[in-house]
Amino acid sequence: MATENYKLLKKESLPALFDKLTASGKTIYAPVKNGEKTEFDVVTKYSNDINDEYIQTVQSLKGTVFPKVEKLFDYKSDKTDTSIQEPDFSKFPQNVLWGLHPCDAAAFRPLDATFRWDYDDKYFLTRMKLTTVVGLSCSKHDDYCFCTSVDISPASSDGSDIMLTKNKAGDYLVEIVTEKGQEVYDMAKELFGEISDDKESYITDVPKKFDLNELNKNLDGSFEAPYWLAQSMRCIGCGACAYVCPTCTCFDLQDEGAANKGSRIKCWDSCGFGHFTLHTSGHNPRETQSQRWRQRILHKFSYMPDRIKVFGCMGCGRCSRACPVDMNISENLIKIMEEPKNE
Amino acid sequence: MSNPNIYKPYLMKIDKVTEEAPFVKTFRLKFTNEEDAAKFNFKAGQFGEYSVAGEGESTFCVASSPTRDGYIECTFRETGRVTSALAGKEEGEIIGFRGPYGNTFPIDEWKGKNLLFIAGGIALPPMRCVIWNCLDLRENFKDFTIVYGAKTVNDLVYKHELKEWEERPDVKLITTVDPGGETPDWKGEIGFVPTVLEKAAPSADNTIAIVCGPPIMIKYTFPILEKLGFKDTDIFTTLENRMKCGFGKCGRCNVGKVYICKDGPVFTYAALKQLPAEY
Repeated sequence: MATENYKLLKKESLPALFDKLTASGKTIYAPVKNGEKTEFDVVTKYSNDINDEYIQTVQSLKGTVFPKVEKLFDYKSDKTDTSIQEPDFSKFPQNVLWGLHPCDAAAFRPLDATFRWDYDDKYFLTRMKLTTVVGLSCSKHDDYCFCTSVDISPASSDGSDIMLTKNKAGDYLVEIVTEKGQEVYDMAKELFGEISDDKESYITDVPKKFDLNELNKNLDGSFEAPYWLAQSMRCIGCGACAYVCPTCTCFDLQDEGAANKGSRIKCWDSCGFGHFTLHTSGHNPRETQSQRWRQRILHKFSYMPDRIKVFGCMGCGRCSRACPVDMNISENLIKIMEEPKNE
Repeated sequence: MSNPNIYKPYLMKIDKVTEEAPFVKTFRLKFTNEEDAAKFNFKAGQFGEYSVAGEGESTFCVASSPTRDGYIECTFRETGRVTSALAGKEEGEIIGFRGPYGNTFPIDEWKGKNLLFIAGGIALPPMRCVIWNCLDLRENFKDFTIVYGAKTVNDLVYKHELKEWEERPDVKLITTVDPGGETPDWKGEIGFVPTVLEKAAPSADNTIAIVCGPPIMIKYTFPILEKLGFKDTDIFTTLENRMKCGFGKCGRCNVGKVYICKDGPVFTYAALKQLPAEY
């Protein structure tokens, strides 16, 4: 890949860059080492605990644009008068998401497509607009990773405003991808140097396990296929897969508080839960776990590309790592392509 | 940013409460904000999210006709948390409403046709909207037939309106109750809706059928309509699935790749035949 547009960001310049970002009012999320694990956390300064060689965190940064629990508005109500107080959208945080991998950066695309589909979700769109994504190429991967099977690569910059690739010296090759990225660069120009280097040699090689378009075609007419039941026999419907997924958008709307004062909230939900589609009458269109597993796979790999022109899986592997009964999504997707649709 | 907040409900004052049947009420709702009232419009078949502060939201079709200006009505049965809270509300109190959402009955395309409405139980409310809409444009249509049944005489909703339709010379109304649901002075039919429909045998010629009822009624009604010669493209129904948002984001109501909230709730029988069994 041509690299003449790359800048060099030396490791020793990182503290100054983080200080500048913090001073300009940004909230920085970065992958921070915590014992054996690395999870995203808010940082105000650069530190050596920030890990740029992690494979994957348990949680993505989806919650910064689509919070686990989002207060939509406060209400006050008595018998004949009710008032609604919306949040101050201008006070939503200006986030810099530092060091997330290409799968996570790409995951903002399907979120955006869902929250824009005919009706604009002001909460998500405001948060997204105020977010700068600093992606980080992967130097390592594990067996759960399958980004290359879903048309993403360990170095792809799709979804990132700035893309970092760590070189052997521990410095970063920096690619300015969008205007938002340019703004960060302009703010701290003096910290960046010139370079001509090849980023590909620092990037891990994630093997391709299946072909995405082939899978998509294969799912046509699969609604009654026997594999849904076979694959989900051990599913306990815990919803962990959805709660770690960077692209899952299913949510619930609830009221918290009393009749006279409280809030309406939007909170994460999961298509894996039995009550998710339960009617008041007791009828449930997705009564069994296999029907709910089918919904999960078809939604991401068939319905989303058909309706909003984007796939719902980034190959991050989180659902498979988190599953308490070891349901491995890529293994199941491969089986779907291999096994017959009709009994 | 000035774009509207899709989650924010209109505040509606309960203008009138009508007790329709045991546990079934109709609310007439008026906008508390005149600007909202002026901007609001909807079409027959659309639905909304009705909310009680502290309890949450619930989904029903708008039960009044768009030809009746200045208010909307909803009819609901007290069953869950939100509907129970709604049932406790009195005239003058405020509730929330978001909408309208979903597609509509293609009333304009029905000009010059006979209309046959078939409803069961608590499914008359979503159809009442389109019935009144068409009655207010009565000259556009030919024969006007309504077949409506409920479990018992007491469970029939809109009793005052049933009487009004019965007395109109330009409407043929057939009411029925399930066997055992009749009272000594019941003058209507006794039997299930599909059976009564088959006996009445309305002509399929130049006729649109609009069907709404519990799944079991729908299941037995469609084949009878086909037997009577109705084309599946001339049979309409409105579907329900659990919903939260009403605009294709919360992930509940889809039947395969079809979203009831966006692509429906109004479907032809022909379209239903293409859907997987997920409703």
